Amino acid sequence: MIKINGEIIDKDTLKLTDYLAENNYKSTRIAIECNEEIVPKSMYESFILHSGDVVEIVSLVGGG
Amino acid sequence: MSKDTFCLGGKEFTSRFILGSGKYSLDLIKAAVENAGAEIITLAVRRTNTKDTENILDYIPDNVTLLPNTSGARDAKEAVRIARMSRELGCGNFVKIEIMRDSKYLLPDNEETIKATEILANEGFVVLPYMYPDLYAARALQEAGAQAVMPLASPIGSNKGLATKEFIQILIDEIDLPIIVDAGIGKPSQACEAMEMGAAAIMCNTAIATARDIPSMAGAFKDAIEAGRKAHLAGLGRVLERGASASDPLTGFLRD
Repeated sequence: MIKINGEIIDKDTLKLTDYLAENNYKSTRIAIECNEEIVPKSMYESFILHSGDVVEIVSLVGGG
Repeated sequence: MSKDTFCLGGKEFTSRFILGSGKYSLDLIKAAVENAGAEIITLAVRRTNTKDTENILDYIPDNVTLLPNTSGARDAKEAVRIARMSRELGCGNFVKIEIMRDSKYLLPDNEETIKATEILANEGFVVLPYMYPDLYAARALQEAGAQAVMPLASPIGSNKGLATKEFIQILIDEIDLPIIVDAGIGKPSQACEAMEMGAAAIMCNTAIATARDIPSMAGAFKDAIEAGRKAHLAGLGRVLERGASASDPLTGFLRD
C-alpha cells in the first residue's frame, strides 16, 4: 500500500503522473514529497511510487 | 533626503507592512494588499485537496514578495521539510520559520527555531524566524544566519497588543538585524507604537482579518505604520522625570 496525504491506496506500484492526472492536480501549483524528500517537478514524469511510500502533496493557502 | 527603504534578502522594500493572508476570503486579498500597500504577504503550506479549484496565488498581485511560513511544524526537522516544499512551490527563497509545540498558546519554540534557521540559511533561504522575544535566542538566530527576527507582541491571533514591549525594545536596541514585530498586534495604534520604538516592520493578519471592513483596516494599519516610522526617524521628544515645561514663552504679561 501507498499513503498519499494520509489516504491509503491499495497498490504495490503507481505512476505518479497517473495519480496526478486521475485526481486533477495541476503540477504547477503543487509540491510533492516522497518519504520526506522533495520530488523535483522534472522527475514527476518518470517517478514510480512503491508500496510503503509515504507521499505528501501540498499547495499554498492563506496564512499568517 | 534619501528614500527610506527596508532591505531583506537582497530585496528593497518601501512598505514596512507584512500582511498575513489567513482567515479571510480570497476575493478580499487583492483589496487588502492594495490598501495595505504591502509588498510582502505571508502564506501557509498545506496538504492540497483537488476539490479546491481556487488558488491563492491567483489573487496576489505579481509584484508582491511571497513569504511562506512553516506553520504546522512541531520541530526543526518538520520546519525544514515545509520550507523546502514552499521553495518547490515557486515561492522563491523567503521563509518565515514558525515552530510550535504548544497548541494552547501557540508560542514559538526558540530552540528548534534556531536549529531550523541554521539549516535553511545554509541552504540559501532568506530566513525570517518567528520567535519569543529573548535576547539570547535572538543572538543565536543572528549567528545561525537569520536575516531578521520576528518577535511576538502577544499570542498569535489574540489582538492583545504589545504585551512584550520591554523585551522587544531590548532586541531593537541590541540586535543588529531588522526586528519585525509579529503576532498579537490588534490595533493600528499598537503597530504605530512598535514602529516608534524602532521596529523595522510590522507583520499583521488577525487584526485585519477579524475587522468589520478588511480593506479599510488594512489602510488604517498602513497609515499607522508610516506614522510610527516617521516619528522614529524624527526622534521622539523627551519625557520629563517630573514637573512641567511650558511650551509658551515665559515672558510675563497682563501683570507685572
